[in-house]
Amino acid sequence: MTLVIMVAYYLLCAYLAGILFWNFLREKKSREELWLSLLVMVPLVLRLLRVK
Amino acid sequence: MTRERSTKGLMAAAFAALLILGGAPLARHRRFEVPVVLGPGVTRVTRLSDICPSLKGTLGDTAVYVLEGREPGGKAVVMAGTHANEPAGLLADLIIIENAAVDKGTLFVIPSFNNSAGRNTRPGDGYPLYYDIPTDWGSKRFRMGNRDASPLDQWPDPDVYIHYPEKQLLSYIDARNSNRTWPGRPHGTIMERLTFAAMELMRREKIDVAVDLHGAETMFPVTNCIVAPERSSKIATLASLTVKATEGFDSHVEPSPPGFRGLSHREIGDHSGTAPFLLEAPIPFLDQPTGPKTVKFLLDGKDAFLLSLAGKKKLFVPYDASGWPMDKRVGQHLSVTLEILRQFSKRTPGREIVIRGVPRCADVVKNGAGRYFHDPSKADPKAVVMD
Repeated sequence: MTLVIMVAYYLLCAYLAGILFWNFLREKKSREELWLSLLVMVPLVLRLLRVK
Repeated sequence: MTRERSTKGLMAAAFAALLILGGAPLARHRRFEVPVVLGPGVTRVTRLSDICPSLKGTLGDTAVYVLEGREPGGKAVVMAGTHANEPAGLLADLIIIENAAVDKGTLFVIPSFNNSAGRNTRPGDGYPLYYDIPTDWGSKRFRMGNRDASPLDQWPDPDVYIHYPEKQLLSYIDARNSNRTWPGRPHGTIMERLTFAAMELMRREKIDVAVDLHGAETMFPVTNCIVAPERSSKIATLASLTVKATEGFDSHVEPSPPGFRGLSHREIGDHSGTAPFLLEAPIPFLDQPTGPKTVKFLLDGKDAFLLSLAGKKKLFVPYDASGWPMDKRVGQHLSVTLEILRQFSKRTPGREIVIRGVPRCADVVKNGAGRYFHDPSKADPKAVVMD
């Protein structure tokens, strides 16, 4: 069961990182939004890379 | 359009730099290995996965250094690194591995009990990633670990950790604390498998004595002490009195509470024939109201805030401007461990555990812990284990 949750967690991380990156590409005006998208991606990417 | 692209490109580059600068030191820390020079007493090195195969390939697996004596006798385990942010125990264990010779009996030494916690970090609290111990041949670098196993190795955390087999409800974070998961089970979480493997080692080898080396805050009442259940209390008391009389330092005896489950000093005795002892040496670094958590503070234990609190009698140990240095903490662990083994041996004919070559507290304070670490570059490569 924990393995299933672990896999689901990593898929969720990848999905969130993906939509944040998509938002980053789509955003046209607000630099604040751009920075926020990138900053929120940091822990997700570190987890996906199994660093932290 | 071009301007937007170049702005986004710069931002993406800054993001990549942040990931690399922030992530690379953490990734290096997780893979950092410490060379251990096998001393004259080490006869073999095994792993806990040899006993519990479900640990194999996980960071719950860890090395067990076996020191077999020339004559048969009793058997003891000395564990450290249960909480990898309490490093005096690790250094004490490595001093035993690199220097001890066993005349009678067998010693099992597990210096990095919670191997995953030893590769976990606590940057949010400003903990350093490493610390260096000065030696006669340079300095020896160690990882500074965390109290709990890394979520990379054991995940998800439950809402509440339900202890096995007593079903006591514990904090969720204790699922990754290897001093709450004793006696463990073979197919549970990695921490439960780890403690199960250690229990199996004790049951199969008929271990007489288990010593678990820890550190505790100076503001925490259970510090500078030996925690012992009923079956170990006589030997613990004799060891406490002897080190006080002969070596001049306190290490009082605290009873192991029977209603608090999952701790080594409770479950080892309840689930095997082994007498457990948990040793706590004061570690000011772990106290909350202190200055920055620097390597210097970790090693010398000096802090102005704690000194002020000591003046107001808020600490549970004597504390003055000399702090509570690492050498003293390592020395206390070694002296109390040796004294427990000596007291056990005196009272159990035929099961003696006789060790030589291990320094006592005064020696470590005088010479420094680093004096007892050997240069891996000058040792026989076959006698160097990366741990």
